[in-house]
Amino acid sequence: MHAVKNVLGQPDTEFVWHKEESIGKDVDLVILPGGFSYGDYLRTGAIARFSPVMKDVIRFAKDGGTVLGICNGFQVLCESELLPGVLIRNESLKFACKEVYLKVERDNTRFTSELERGEVIRIPIAHGEGNYIADADVLADLEANDQVVFRYSTAHGEVVREANPNGSLNNIAGIINKEGNVMGLMPHPERACEHILGSADGLKIFESLREYFTVTETVA
Amino acid sequence: MKYYVYIAIERKEAILDPQGKAIEHALDSLGFKEIENTRVGKLMRLTINAGSPEAAREIAESASAKLLANPIMETFSVIRVSETPVLSTVEPEIA
Repeated sequence: MHAVKNVLGQPDTEFVWHKEESIGKDVDLVILPGGFSYGDYLRTGAIARFSPVMKDVIRFAKDGGTVLGICNGFQVLCESELLPGVLIRNESLKFACKEVYLKVERDNTRFTSELERGEVIRIPIAHGEGNYIADADVLADLEANDQVVFRYSTAHGEVVREANPNGSLNNIAGIINKEGNVMGLMPHPERACEHILGSADGLKIFESLREYFTVTETVA
Repeated sequence: MKYYVYIAIERKEAILDPQGKAIEHALDSLGFKEIENTRVGKLMRLTINAGSPEAAREIAESASAKLLANPIMETFSVIRVSETPVLSTVEPEIA
């Protein structure tokens, strides 16, 4: 909220409580934030996926609306089947809370236009269940369609096992749907939006979105 | 009629089970060398009001498919439908 409203300068940003039936009118972007939901009992995001507001979020996404899921929000998007695969317990079984490096794999999405392909950004993670898995077919499909947007890497952009904080297949940190309007990632870009916080790399994701909507509105 | 329906949810074989691995290593270090593999799943008991055991099973299967198991990584099986809340297939002796 702070990142989008104050740092990015979008005064119309609003919280929508998960018990609401509707996300409201004239919405450009829905962000499913991180945290925990319903104790994350059963599976992470599994119960939140049936929260009243999710019906409208799913409708919005299926109509082409832009949806960004961060951390627990990514888990909810997977459980909602808006994104393929699922996130399970970290391989280490430990909650991982640290800064990681991400290699940008796509710069031609509405979420990443202000980044460059191959660029390495530094953003924190804070999760116990960020280990991305999918069937072999689904994974092959993801790679073939270039749907992996971010991978855990070294500071030099090497995608190696040592740089993988949770055991995710193919070092996957963030993915996008085929249509390009729904993205989920485990790291927290909103916690890396100001230099005082150690890194402002995450802001580029929100700036990309602002750019996308500014251009769309100008064209319209 | 009230039925107690037990559902076992297992992670698919191909899916890594970090919890099972950790337990497996602990068992190995305790000397249980015969235990080759350990996997952790879930056991759930639903108390269901239904007209017959078959109907109770059907409700449990529908709930499993919709919420209790994620087909991407898990399989579920209804392992017992009973009029008593006891998992064992041997009915308890009445003292």
